[in-house]
Amino acid sequence: MLQVSVYRFNPETDAAPQMQEYEVETGGKDLMVLDVLEMIKAEHDASVTYRRSCREGVCGSDGLNINGKNGLACITPLSDAVKNNKLVIRPLPGLPVVRDLVVDMSLFYAQYEKIEPYLQNNSPAPAIERLQTPEDRAKLDGLYECILCACCSTSCPSFWWNPDRFVGPAGLLQAYRFLADSRDQATDERLAKLDDPFSVFRCHGIQNCVNVCPKGLNPTRAIGHIRTMLLNRAA
Amino acid sequence: MRTISFDGVIVGGGGAGMRAALQLAQSGYKTAVISKVFPTRSHTVSAQGGITCAIASADPQDDWRWHMYDTVKGSDYIGDQDAIEYMCSVGPEAIFELEHMGLPFSRTEEGRIYQRPFGGQSKNFGEGGQAARTCAAADRTGHALLHTLYQNNVKNETVFFNEWFATDLVKNQDGAVVGVIAICIETGETVYVKSKATVFATGGAGRIYASTTNAHINTGDGVGMALRAGVPVQDMEMWQFHPTGIYGAGTLVTEGCRGEGGYLINADGERFMERYAPNAKDLAGRDVVARSMILEILEGRGFGPDGDHVKLKLDHLGEEVLESRLPGICELSRTFAHVDPVKEPIPVVPTCHYMMGGIPTNIHGQALTVDAAGSDQVIPGLYACGEVACVSVHGANRLGGNSLLDLVVFGRASGLFIEDALRQGIEMRDASVTDIESANERLVALNELNDGENVSALRKELQGVMQNYFGVFRKGEFMQEGIKKLDDLKERVDNVKLEDKSNAFNTARVECLELQNLFETAEATAIVAEARRESRGAHAREDFTERNDDEWLCHSIYHREGRAVSKRSVNFTPKTVDTFQPKVRTY
Repeated sequence: MLQVSVYRFNPETDAAPQMQEYEVETGGKDLMVLDVLEMIKAEHDASVTYRRSCREGVCGSDGLNINGKNGLACITPLSDAVKNNKLVIRPLPGLPVVRDLVVDMSLFYAQYEKIEPYLQNNSPAPAIERLQTPEDRAKLDGLYECILCACCSTSCPSFWWNPDRFVGPAGLLQAYRFLADSRDQATDERLAKLDDPFSVFRCHGIQNCVNVCPKGLNPTRAIGHIRTMLLNRAA
Repeated sequence: MRTISFDGVIVGGGGAGMRAALQLAQSGYKTAVISKVFPTRSHTVSAQGGITCAIASADPQDDWRWHMYDTVKGSDYIGDQDAIEYMCSVGPEAIFELEHMGLPFSRTEEGRIYQRPFGGQSKNFGEGGQAARTCAAADRTGHALLHTLYQNNVKNETVFFNEWFATDLVKNQDGAVVGVIAICIETGETVYVKSKATVFATGGAGRIYASTTNAHINTGDGVGMALRAGVPVQDMEMWQFHPTGIYGAGTLVTEGCRGEGGYLINADGERFMERYAPNAKDLAGRDVVARSMILEILEGRGFGPDGDHVKLKLDHLGEEVLESRLPGICELSRTFAHVDPVKEPIPVVPTCHYMMGGIPTNIHGQALTVDAAGSDQVIPGLYACGEVACVSVHGANRLGGNSLLDLVVFGRASGLFIEDALRQGIEMRDASVTDIESANERLVALNELNDGENVSALRKELQGVMQNYFGVFRKGEFMQEGIKKLDDLKERVDNVKLEDKSNAFNTARVECLELQNLFETAEATAIVAEARRESRGAHAREDFTERNDDEWLCHSIYHREGRAVSKRSVNFTPKTVDTFQPKVRTY
């Protein structure tokens, strides 16, 4: 029996959060962490609360802190997470808990919106698509694939300290996705809006974001590119 | 109960809903999207291979009429030709708009959008060989599309009610739809969302089956709400089983794999599709490929100790092609099949994937009902687009890459039509207190009941019945048995026990409400599947193995009241091209 410890907090009834213990029969199968949560909800306790949707690592709903590391429950196999037959599941750190494993993502989304995450191009659109070379398109690889799961930003001490002022790795990855797009014309305006002591420069290169990204993306590298662009702009 | 008012309310934040919302937000009308998940968690995100459209990039001679021909043929001739004509001809404009919004399509050397071959595609009305018509952003096209639409809605300041769950439609005394009842999941508050135009973009319901490529959230909420409000559904027997779901996990492996040159093999290592579809081979229609796979398995040529799956071979394409064209597939295969497709084939099995049926609509997204005389009647105030709608461009079998085109084109068309209708002025009587209360009855009953059965157990039972009795191959007597089992489930589902009565982020409550929607969807499917006594497209009967155009070259219509099934004519009158006459369908 797998020993599972789940963070519980119901704002209507609980003064403080607590860890609740469950024993789950996995049948020796290398299930995903989400499967274990589904079993707990179905067979042990219908009130256990978490988000989930695609169950294949593309929707970004089920970012959780699993045995101390942020990741997506649906693509984290027990064999990667469980130590000494123990699985500890907590909400993503650093954001307010709504209930159990569900966090309030408002601050995270606000940082995303702040970087104006949409293509800006005021020249008249052609009758067909705007052309882009495969080489220019390749510059977006490793950037556009972000699923907004928040695993990175909520593993980042700089984001914990300044979630309202530091854009955070997820937002900055998307900021660079548009800076790097040959079709976008707002580079100057985008950089001007990031050019303050907090938005970008609170990144201290700790690289927790890189270590936890379930899509294998590298926000630190993107942030480095933005820094260079900001410094070149100042020069 | 609090009332919130809008000009237009869109239920569902996937591709169709966000495309409709974008159109309305740009028009300046007061619009809101109600989505039970944050919009980028919607199931559109899982679409992989691409969006099919004759943009003439891969082939400068490509013609939307060829795409139309393929789609009509793919539908096994019960797709409405006016709707297919509209989708295929307007498609290029809709695709270029997406590109202008920023969608990061893969590119050709000329800098145009990359297009790959997909199943059922041809040049020159089936005479010119395989076409390459599916526009792709690697194998993450749905993700790229959904995020682009969300981003442009952010730009246009669309109002989102994220993590709100619509429970039922509100109708006034005239039978017009005047909004929905919705729960704010975070607080548990129930409100009446009043609207002059209510658009269902609630997606599919693949979770009626035990094995599905669909997200947990695909629970037929729009179908359930429609049926309970007396709105009929169309062609619900038509469920697509995707040939390549990963064996065991059910996760999707794109048809684009076969478009890029991959193929299916049986346990003898034979490329068996050459026998079933000598011309198109692995790129025949999905229904044809899925049935061929099942036959291989039934005839003892499956892999594994139980001989219950076949394999998709990709390794011959080489690591470079796989990592650049199909990176997401490599990732999914390693995670869920524990197989590296660069080195060995992926175990796959046909898996429930897409609901061709849904709420009947015209090309403007207006929901339709059929009156006693058999004529179409518009339901005032209600619209539908995307998977929940049956406009019908997919008929009895959808072609790969046509779902994303459907949702973009008809999300846009719904928005355009509603914008125009709002400009001309929409007058509807307000809902009375009784109207609102009656729409809220289901939720009240659920909250008050205390002695029912567990939601997960009931859901599992329902999924098992659908999987066993209404799968790829169907037979009258088995289906009748399946219907009896559903009859037994009906009251138990009505009385499902809500084990957690709290207010804050109560997902147990949402799951109970979803289960009831799943049941409505499943029951509609079962009744019409038993009623359609022929084989057409995805609906394959062992007791009626032939297509019967004399009796069934038509849509099925299902009314919840009395579980009545009727027939509705297919449109054979496109505006600008000649009718495509039904022919024997071979690939």
